[in-house]
Amino acid sequence: MSRPELQAPPEIYYGDVEAKKYTKNTRNQQIQADMTYRALELLNLPPDEPALLLDIGCGSGLSGEILDEEGYIWTGVDIAPSMLEVALEREVEGDLFLQDIGQGFGFRPGSFDGAISISVLQWLLNAETSHPTSSPPHRLNRFFTTLHSALKNPSRAVFQFYPSSDDQIQLITSIAQKAGFGGGIIVDYPNSNKARKVFLCLLVGGGGGQQQMPKGLDGEEVEDSRARFETRRERTGKDKNGKRKNMKVIDRDWILKKKELYRKRGKESVPRDSKFTGRKRRPVF
Amino acid sequence: MVRLITHNLLACHAKGCTSNNFPLAFSNVQIEIREAEFNPEFLKNFIPKVEWNALVDTARQLGDTSLPLEQPEMLDEEFLKSLHHVLLEIHVEEGVMTCPNCKHEYPISNGIPNMLLAEHEIG
Repeated sequence: MSRPELQAPPEIYYGDVEAKKYTKNTRNQQIQADMTYRALELLNLPPDEPALLLDIGCGSGLSGEILDEEGYIWTGVDIAPSMLEVALEREVEGDLFLQDIGQGFGFRPGSFDGAISISVLQWLLNAETSHPTSSPPHRLNRFFTTLHSALKNPSRAVFQFYPSSDDQIQLITSIAQKAGFGGGIIVDYPNSNKARKVFLCLLVGGGGGQQQMPKGLDGEEVEDSRARFETRRERTGKDKNGKRKNMKVIDRDWILKKKELYRKRGKESVPRDSKFTGRKRRPVF
Repeated sequence: MVRLITHNLLACHAKGCTSNNFPLAFSNVQIEIREAEFNPEFLKNFIPKVEWNALVDTARQLGDTSLPLEQPEMLDEEFLKSLHHVLLEIHVEEGVMTCPNCKHEYPISNGIPNMLLAEHEIG
């Protein structure tokens, strides 16, 4: 299946059905949560200082819930009304905005202590109309310049996204740099297909070595995470199997169904059905 | 769910609207009060960012007169409590926000403001 961002614009792709599906999927929830925690780690906010964050592409509030838990005050923007509706139903604490990030923000300079964005940037890379303001470079430029001014100095913005080529990374980083951001790309687990995650860590201000670029996770932890994942899957698999064995009830209906199936397949010597079918034999037999 | 904390950060972002575009004026509003956790540390950090006159004006417009016209030097408990109430507990559920400069209207429905611009308004 092709990538979702190639199928339709986000506000259409995440319609009512897809928004619910996306939010209920526990695997999605787990991945989103992991990435949100990692993004917060990369944000490197001063501890014990409740900060005001911007969640770009907050969707149904999966990442916002974690921000709530961690005690941050946040504002979320998203372009898909259905996702925001789900977020309302889930009663997240943050303020929500219906906004196209490619049109830029209107926040006053220095408003936010940081910004995170999970699985969003790739949506900015497709032109939906032929209007000049709809071209990806124009939208990215508008997005990064207005975001840069909305963040306080010094601060950071961390984006997790799924680039489909190196050219895309190149485009995004060059425009971000033009908008005044420092920083760059961090790749977690670069050698793993599954666990590989690309983060764009942008720094506002802090020239002269005040801010250090964090390093991507790699090496042993790849094994670690993969092992964790495998064991989790194995364990749940076993549970399932165990459950299934316990749950499998061989009753008369089941036997009749099977026999019918065998007959349909043309198997010979299927015993005929009678009142004794599926009965237990007596111990005296 | 437009709280005054975000309203106080929000300016108009339509094309060419760069001055006198703050604060957006509320009209036809429906307000809901929802209690939030009192967090004095956060408020103390946030106070330097507040545009005080805009906040007081908007709060008065919405019928809350607990804030003084001048930003007080001293941060006592009572002041922080009323600031907390104004910033984080007043939610505008329905209404319209209008830019004082270009008169662009941002409708709020179900607590979510629609900040989308038409093609010719994109900067």
